[in-house]
Amino acid sequence: MSLRTPLSKVIGRGSAGEGVGHWWVQRVTAVALLPLTAWFVISLLGQSLQSYDAMRGWLGQPWVAVPTILLVFTLAWHSKLGVQVVIEDYVHAKGAKTTLLLLSTFVHIGAAVAGIFAILALALS
Amino acid sequence: MNQRPLSPHLGVYKFMYTMSLSILHRITGCAAAVGFLLFVWWLMALASGPAAYASAMGALGSPLAKLLLVGFTFSFVYHFCNGIRHLVWDTGRGLERAQARRSGTVVVVAALLLTAVAVWFGCRAFGISP
Repeated sequence: MSLRTPLSKVIGRGSAGEGVGHWWVQRVTAVALLPLTAWFVISLLGQSLQSYDAMRGWLGQPWVAVPTILLVFTLAWHSKLGVQVVIEDYVHAKGAKTTLLLLSTFVHIGAAVAGIFAILALALS
Repeated sequence: MNQRPLSPHLGVYKFMYTMSLSILHRITGCAAAVGFLLFVWWLMALASGPAAYASAMGALGSPLAKLLLVGFTFSFVYHFCNGIRHLVWDTGRGLERAQARRSGTVVVVAALLLTAVAVWFGCRAFGISP
C-alpha cells in the first residue's frame, strides 16, 4: 500500500519537494567533466608553465579557449551543487546554513565569470 | 526544536573501508572546489599580464604551495576515479559488496598511480627536474 497521493505521484517531486533535478544535473556535469578535465590536465602538463608567452599563446587558441570555457563553466556548476549538499548535510543552524549557501553561490558564480572572462580576454586580444 | 534524526547520521553504521572511501569522495570534492578557485585565480593572473603571471607562478613555486598542489592533484584525481565508480553504480551495476570493495581498491591504486604520473609531468611543466 502506498501512502502517496495521486497528485504527489504525478508531480514526482518526492518527500523533499524538489524532485531529482539536483541529483541529475550533478551526474550530467560529472559526465561532461570526465573528457573536459582529462583533456585539460593532459594538455596543460605538456606546456611550459613558466613561460607567460607560451601559456598565453596556448590558451588563446580557439580550440583551446572554447573547451577551457566549457570546463570552467561545468566545473563551477558541478562544484556549486556538491558544496551545496555538503553545507545542507552538516550545517543545521538555519542562519548559518542560509549564509553559507548564499556565499557558496556567489563565490561559484563569481569564479565562473572571472575564469571565462580571463580566457576570453586572452583569446580575443 | 524538533529532535528527529537528520541525515547523514553516521554513528549508526559499523565502520568499513568502503565507507572511508565514500567520505574521502566528499573531502576531495571540497578540496577540488578550493582547487577550482585557485585555477581561476591563475587564469586571472595570466589574463592580467606578464608581471602578474610571474608573481603568481612565484607564489605557486614556494614549498608550501608545491605541497598544496600535490594535495589538490591527488584530490582531483581521486574524485575523478571514484566519480566514475559512482557513475557506474548509478547504472545499477557493481553494487554487490564484493564488487564495491574490489572497485574501491582499484580506485585507490589508480588514484595513487595517476597522482604520481601527474606530479612527475607537473614537475617537468614547471621546469623542475623531477
